[in-house]
Amino acid sequence: MKYLLIIQMNPEVWESLSEAERAEIAGGQEGFMEAITATGEMVGTHALADPSQSAVVRGRPGAVTVTDGPFLEAKEYMGGFYVVDCESRERAHELAAMIPGTDHLPVEVRPVIFTGGYGLGEPDTP
Amino acid sequence: MTADRVVEDLLRSSAPQVLGALVRRHGRFALCEDAVQEALLAAATAWPRDGVPAEPVGWLVTVAGRRLTDLQRTEHARRRREDALAARDRGDAPPVTDADPADDTLELLLLCAHPALSEPSRIALTLRAVGGLRTGEIARAFLVPEPTMAQRISRAKATIADAGFEGAGADRDERLATALHVLYVVFDEGYTATAGPSLTRVDLTAEAIRLVRRLHRLLPGDAEIAGLLALMLLTDARRDARVDPDGRMLTTAEQDRARWDHAAIAEATALLERTLATGPLGPYQLQAAIAAVHAEAATDADTDWAQIVVLYDLLEARSDNPVVTLNRAVAVGMARGPRDGLEVLDTVADDPRLRRSHRPDAVRAHLLDRLGERAAAREHYLRAARAALNQAEKRYLEERASRTSPPPGELG
Repeated sequence: MKYLLIIQMNPEVWESLSEAERAEIAGGQEGFMEAITATGEMVGTHALADPSQSAVVRGRPGAVTVTDGPFLEAKEYMGGFYVVDCESRERAHELAAMIPGTDHLPVEVRPVIFTGGYGLGEPDTP
Repeated sequence: MTADRVVEDLLRSSAPQVLGALVRRHGRFALCEDAVQEALLAAATAWPRDGVPAEPVGWLVTVAGRRLTDLQRTEHARRRREDALAARDRGDAPPVTDADPADDTLELLLLCAHPALSEPSRIALTLRAVGGLRTGEIARAFLVPEPTMAQRISRAKATIADAGFEGAGADRDERLATALHVLYVVFDEGYTATAGPSLTRVDLTAEAIRLVRRLHRLLPGDAEIAGLLALMLLTDARRDARVDPDGRMLTTAEQDRARWDHAAIAEATALLERTLATGPLGPYQLQAAIAAVHAEAATDADTDWAQIVVLYDLLEARSDNPVVTLNRAVAVGMARGPRDGLEVLDTVADDPRLRRSHRPDAVRAHLLDRLGERAAAREHYLRAARAALNQAEKRYLEERASRTSPPPGELG
């Protein structure tokens, strides 16, 4: 089963951390990626830009409004995520706990119920 | 069937014999498995071009044996000091001929059910080592990137790298149960895949049936293997009738029974009758028996629910799985009425193992619906829909919820 491990970014918390703590969290992602790649559980990962870079699009083609900024102002937002494929929900929790920085920035674990794209399910290239 | 398909099937069915022959002779499962994959690849290129050799298994064993020697040389060069681990060449192992090739499917399945492996690793390794599938095919079947699957397989192989067949001794029964569970999960993955039939994905359902069938041929006296085969055949027989032309999920009651595969049902029921007569009774046989009662009913109204309740009672006594009780609640609801069904449901609804499951709400909704308590039914259908982890099922539950919506006039 695949799970999305969502890193909940909280700018207030992030800014309160020391330079060294921030470097440890950012740099530690590399080690986490290596660990879950080695076990064959890594599917993919993305880090997201700050919500100040977001735009919200509403309407239908031809009648669209685009608003700058996030959909909702929130204290916490999705900072980035990992997609893992692992044995159980418990294992997904274990993996989430391995992400550096969970003591400051909590990680939400949510099951994935559909996957497409990324070249998955495409014919064998001989 | 195209010539390529014939070669492909022959290669896949030969894979466990070839790997078995190598492991018997040399031990060293991981290295042998690499050698066999390379031999299969060589054959996939050579056979369609030059024709299938007179003794295909012998051909593959010879080529794989040569590859193994090469791999060992490379490995020796790399870890010269680890001579103690050098392959054991058992000169006394009998030569492999196509006339009577030993079938090591069982031994390989037990090896892939090694207790040190996680379930996803067992599944991947089983499909590769016993099913003869390529890593890319397994990756696509489970919708993960090929490097992820390659890494999973190579780690699994490293975990049991130097295992031979002598490993599964004391825990043989337990390992066989694990191996059957692995095959069941492979079947289920294929059966519940939301992505529909696809030419680019291996049919995991057919693959699981193929392997269980083979295992059944090797151990015809094992009642649970026969039970699992019957269960898979009976479930798979309903496959085409499960969804309507729009891809909407249909319950057993709504399915067009003419679209069930009656040949498969006949084969499975005959097998099951023979098996139940000789026993010992086990969970797969009981689940198959339940599926057979459904399959035997000419219409949904003819279903012998009382018989199904008896079978669930037997199954419940043999397992510690709250899902069995949920299913029994449904059966009791049909046999004796929804109020009795709700009583059974209440005994299990708070089981912590079902905390995140959508099933208790789905069952409750269904029973309330039959009682005519539409508002409560709707609420539980919606709750179940929110928690469901399968898109087709989610859609089905949402639809049931909207069907139980009170007509506008009845609203407060």
